[in-house]
Amino acid sequence: MTKLVPVLSAHWDEKDSFTIEAYTRHGGYKASQKALAMEPDAVIQLVKDSGLRGRGGAGFPTGMKWGFIPQGDNKEHYLVVNADESEPGTCKDTPLLMANPHVLIEGCIIAAHAIRAKTAFIYIRGEVTHVVRRVNQAIEDAYKAGHLGKGIEIVLHVGAGAYICGEETALLDSLEGFRGQPRLRPPFPAIAGLYAMPTVVNNVESIASVPAIVLNGAEWYQSMGTEKSKGTTLYSLSGHVKNPGQFEAPLGITLRELLELAGGVREGHRLKFWTPGGSSTPIFTDAHLDVPLDYEGVAAAGSMLGTKALQIFDETTSIVRAVLRWTEFYKHESCGKCTPCREGTWWLVQILRDLDAGVGTEEDLNKLLDICDNIAGRSFCALADGAVAPIISSLKYFRQEYLDQLANKGPLFDPEESTLFAPSKAGV
Amino acid sequence: MAYSIDERAMMDSIIKRYPRSRSAVMPLLHYVQSLAGYVNNEGIELIAKLLSLEAAEVSAVASFYTQYKRTPVGEYHVGVCTNTLCAVMGGDAIFAGLKEHLGVENDGVTSDGKVSLEHIECNAACDYAPVVMANWEFYDNQTVQSAKDLVDSMRTAHPIPPTRGPNTLVTWKEASAVLAGINDGKAHEGIQAGAPTLLGLKISKEGK
Amino acid sequence: MTTTEIVDTITVVIDGFEVSVPKGTLVIRAAEQLGIQIPRFCDHPLLEPVGACRQCLVEIEINGRAFPKPQASCTIPVEPGMIIKTQLTSDVADKAQKGVMELLLINHPLDCPVCDKGGECPLQNQAMSNGQEQSRFQGVKRTFEKPVSISSQVLLDRERCVLCARCTRFSEQIASDPFITLNERGALQQVGIYENAPFKSYFSGNTVQICPVGALTGTAYRFRARPFDLVSTPSACEHCASGCDMRTDVRRGKTLRRLAGDDASVNEEWNCDKGRWAFKYVTAIDRLKHPLVRNDAGVLVEASWPEALAVAAQGLKANVSAVLVGGRTTYEDAYGYSKFARIALNTNDIDFRSRLSSDEEREFLASHVVGSSTTYRDIDRADHVLLVGFEPEEESPIVFLRLNKQFRKRALKVTAIASKLSIGLEKLKGDFVKTAPGQEASAIARQVLTAQSIILVGERACESVGALSAVAALAGTTGAKIAWIPRRAGERGALEAGAIANLLPGARLVSDAAARVDIAALWGVDSLPSTQGRSSDEIIAAVHSGAIGALLVGGVDPLDGAQIPESLAALEKAFVVALEIAPSEVTMRADVVLPVAAITEKSGSFLNWEGRARSFEAAVLDSLNRSDLRILSMIAQEMGAAINFSTVTAAAREIATLGRWDGARASMTPVSTPQAPELAPDQFILNSWRRLLDLGTLQKGEENLAGTARQTVAVISPKRAQEMNVVDGDLLKISTAQGSVTLAALVEDIHDDAIWAPRNSRGSQLLVHLGVGHGAVVSVAKI
Repeated sequence: MTKLVPVLSAHWDEKDSFTIEAYTRHGGYKASQKALAMEPDAVIQLVKDSGLRGRGGAGFPTGMKWGFIPQGDNKEHYLVVNADESEPGTCKDTPLLMANPHVLIEGCIIAAHAIRAKTAFIYIRGEVTHVVRRVNQAIEDAYKAGHLGKGIEIVLHVGAGAYICGEETALLDSLEGFRGQPRLRPPFPAIAGLYAMPTVVNNVESIASVPAIVLNGAEWYQSMGTEKSKGTTLYSLSGHVKNPGQFEAPLGITLRELLELAGGVREGHRLKFWTPGGSSTPIFTDAHLDVPLDYEGVAAAGSMLGTKALQIFDETTSIVRAVLRWTEFYKHESCGKCTPCREGTWWLVQILRDLDAGVGTEEDLNKLLDICDNIAGRSFCALADGAVAPIISSLKYFRQEYLDQLANKGPLFDPEESTLFAPSKAGV
Repeated sequence: MAYSIDERAMMDSIIKRYPRSRSAVMPLLHYVQSLAGYVNNEGIELIAKLLSLEAAEVSAVASFYTQYKRTPVGEYHVGVCTNTLCAVMGGDAIFAGLKEHLGVENDGVTSDGKVSLEHIECNAACDYAPVVMANWEFYDNQTVQSAKDLVDSMRTAHPIPPTRGPNTLVTWKEASAVLAGINDGKAHEGIQAGAPTLLGLKISKEGK
Repeated sequence: MTTTEIVDTITVVIDGFEVSVPKGTLVIRAAEQLGIQIPRFCDHPLLEPVGACRQCLVEIEINGRAFPKPQASCTIPVEPGMIIKTQLTSDVADKAQKGVMELLLINHPLDCPVCDKGGECPLQNQAMSNGQEQSRFQGVKRTFEKPVSISSQVLLDRERCVLCARCTRFSEQIASDPFITLNERGALQQVGIYENAPFKSYFSGNTVQICPVGALTGTAYRFRARPFDLVSTPSACEHCASGCDMRTDVRRGKTLRRLAGDDASVNEEWNCDKGRWAFKYVTAIDRLKHPLVRNDAGVLVEASWPEALAVAAQGLKANVSAVLVGGRTTYEDAYGYSKFARIALNTNDIDFRSRLSSDEEREFLASHVVGSSTTYRDIDRADHVLLVGFEPEEESPIVFLRLNKQFRKRALKVTAIASKLSIGLEKLKGDFVKTAPGQEASAIARQVLTAQSIILVGERACESVGALSAVAALAGTTGAKIAWIPRRAGERGALEAGAIANLLPGARLVSDAAARVDIAALWGVDSLPSTQGRSSDEIIAAVHSGAIGALLVGGVDPLDGAQIPESLAALEKAFVVALEIAPSEVTMRADVVLPVAAITEKSGSFLNWEGRARSFEAAVLDSLNRSDLRILSMIAQEMGAAINFSTVTAAAREIATLGRWDGARASMTPVSTPQAPELAPDQFILNSWRRLLDLGTLQKGEENLAGTARQTVAVISPKRAQEMNVVDGDLLKISTAQGSVTLAALVEDIHDDAIWAPRNSRGSQLLVHLGVGHGAVVSVAKI
């Protein structure tokens, strides 16, 4: 049984955990002091050695990303923190920032020092007013305490409702005051990012993981997790589980273990399907309970670790309805730049609405898959790949349910039964 | 509507946050929304002037992001998450219940101007599903009834406070100012985390 | 143009064929070299790659490593070792393209039968070549209100749009006019304007031309023709000296539209809206159809050609005659006037400058312009461009686009000696050397240039005494190149043709005996007149003094010049032979009126500001109208002094034999600038230029075009505005002894001594109403 290891979340249960006093009380801003005394390259090496990988979904090694920034180029460098947490199911950065914004600020100081940036931007999604308050206050307090303003500045930038801005180049365009549409790559942000200057874009959790690595060393971090997926991370369990919530564990824990900690699937029900890392990662079923939840393990099982957003759905949930709703999300959030995503999501939603209403034939399922094939890997960015992931994976595991729904000429499930406030089925 | 000297000074200070002025488009849009309650033409035209842009460039940005409203919304803007997980967990029922209860459709505003309603996408609080947002503050673990009580409280002057947020629910305009990066001094209010956020830590401390 | 630059080439394999292309070439264009057409919508060679439509997907591997997914060939430059498989050899690419095409069509309306683009539509064509026969889409298509008028001249049908963003990218990247943008997002993304700001770009028509579907259409052309009913003729633009290559589309003898032609060394693939949409004047105005002769009762009556030619010849022969020829004639026609003056009239009294001009300018043209060849390419290479009396966006729009291209590409430094900061200069982020009107010379003298710099001199520079002398001096000391950019299309040709008092054709000086002998030999005459002739102003004065009794006038609008009352009186007094396309201030005062062919009805060429020939064929083939040249030839014949041009080709052939002239060149006597006038508190010095879209004769009847003209305003500085208690929108009355105009005030960045107003816009025809253009003291009152 894998044990939980609260590092990021270690002091969240203190009432004033978000204040600079609480953070300092637990050794906050010591890591940045230590890092600032190191050569920037040594900090990069340390992070490389730790094995930390991006926690925003792609899992790219963080230290390597920092190492791509050209050195001695006499250009302004920028650090940009991606706090645009919007992937359906993903809910880790938001509570982290609510409970402990200073760990991100300290991480920013260290990362900015390492990549020789004088300015860091925190791009936070706009739909979380109180998180904005907490981060803004924390920045103010860090300035007052002298952690900021002595060579490293942080600017808070608040989004305004666009999932696509979680894509790093769209985020940069948004930060530059444009419509948040992805940019052509190359050039990659490390060469020409914000204001066409070398830029590192990192997820909140990635940057927040850095202070502990600096304080405790690469070996400590390396000692946790699996062979290629080091350290601890936040797993977010939601949906039809008895006790949903955040679980910080070494990489490689399984859903079976996590479910046990969370008290299991909703009482009286059984697991039907789940997402390992948000809605853009192909779904899993109860056949995947023992897949190690690290980058390699999930990939080997045909999905992606993503943001470790484990959305649990029990047998009361209609797969068609779930997939339709996700598809509607992607249609709503498609930026419109490229044809496959813009037009494809428009079409997919119409087909899935029919299927959800029980209208169509088996041939429509084949058509659906073929349209997905014309969208996946054909679009400008990965949003459309994410959009077809639930469709393709659901047809892989639940094709019969689609057919049953068509045979039934209508929904097979009562939506009320899957709600939180449904009459309890315990003991039935 | 003319902008006051203080408001113009605030806009200048927003522009000064950035190495390049165009970056200030988004916070300035939040800011003009905080003054008028929505992004009006005066706001767009002033932002264009301040940043040496064409008004078309500013309105193009405004129309891209769903939080910028080009027509007035309610004093309390209520968003019901109907993305898959919340929808399944009750969001659909809550949204339907509120539409009926308020007598408005999606994007509608009640006739007293107090409440507007929108179905929203995932708001990063899935462990608190189903989630309702009001002026982008969290109302966790909602039911149809609790959501109705919430909007009723908004229409009788004392809105129920957010579950994870300040002690009182601020207005749409006030919240927009916060999103423009203006500190309203309420960061210390409310809890640091809800029970689901702390669940893993709690279990860990119990030695599991 | 040949280039000696060494270009690195890269060899790649496309569909099994090797091709070597310059480094940096995009895959899609490397394929074109092999004749392999990869379908595309967003790709445009003159716009930055965007990769949005995804239609051009191909399979690529480099040194054995294949990209996991098909790649957009419009965004990827070739690399050594690349093997590319297009739809011709790759099933993956073929399916990807067909899939994208199907997706593009699901929301596209089936209104091809009523769409202007039908028949020349890249979507229609490529749906046929690279699409599927049947769509599998059975759902609901996206619909929008249609069409939306985004300016008086452009209509938008959003449901036809494929969101390739060519139009918005053009507006931003090429014209720097981001008045149209992509709005909303996802499936609702749409092109649009800001609600209070129409698409008032001088270059908006290019978006219609590059739209790969029928989403953007020209209001004037909408529902007027099918492409396959049109006969297209390559043509050249007659509106200004930029020299755009054009295409004129005619149906049943009537021009229905004009498009920008493709000439990489001049206009690339762009033109301005005036060039595109101002052509109706040919038919809109009441054309002259028959020769007219003034009878004994003093009334102009129709006459036969032989009769009219006889009366004209007789009158010109019986008097001391001079030639006034407008700046819009073709090179060949101007050559005809030049030869006619010397041979038939035995005079050097000829001037093409039917506008404000000066003797200083005439010397400048003879010493620094005629025979010179500064080019667009020089702008591409310049380290610094100085603008003198020249507002590129208004007065030679393609020069503006070229400056803008270099500014965007490599931050080309542009400096303007001007009184008012212009919209164009702001777009170029140019240095504004704020100068009082009339005091340009000293500002020019202060400029620091190098031998790689260019001075672009507008025709208005002659309106500031001493400015051209200062330009000549600056070029002399720094080695900077000079280019003179007149406003009218025919002026450079007329200069080279010798339609001016001090020059014979081919940069030969009238004052140079060897040059006269050379031309006399070419023309087969014993000698040519040797006295330097009169300028247009002097010719008018000579009519009044009685020294000149007859005028041959072709294509002149007296309202464009100085001293309008004197000019009109001179036309009344003299025996006037007018060659014109339509009744005018000249024809109504003429004794013989001879109708001539309009530009679309004849062949010929213009020399643009570079001196580059821009030749064109007759677009309307069945016109009975004759060119000026042909008619001049007939008059000359009648006068017994043949110039022998039965065709334009004959003139062109003769011009071609002129060759280079290595004889004496003109020198320039510097002219100094007078002291700046003392100004009373209500006095200003006038500054003005003609806007691109104004009351120009060639824009007659183009209401849609006129709808995008810039607002008519009078501009004064903040300081003077404060002194006069004037705010934007207050009415200002500008007066001279001759008259006044009243305009809405606009407070902007302008020299405190200056007031700016458009020279020939609605409500502001300064030459007519004030009698002055630039540098004159005017009184201004707030009313």
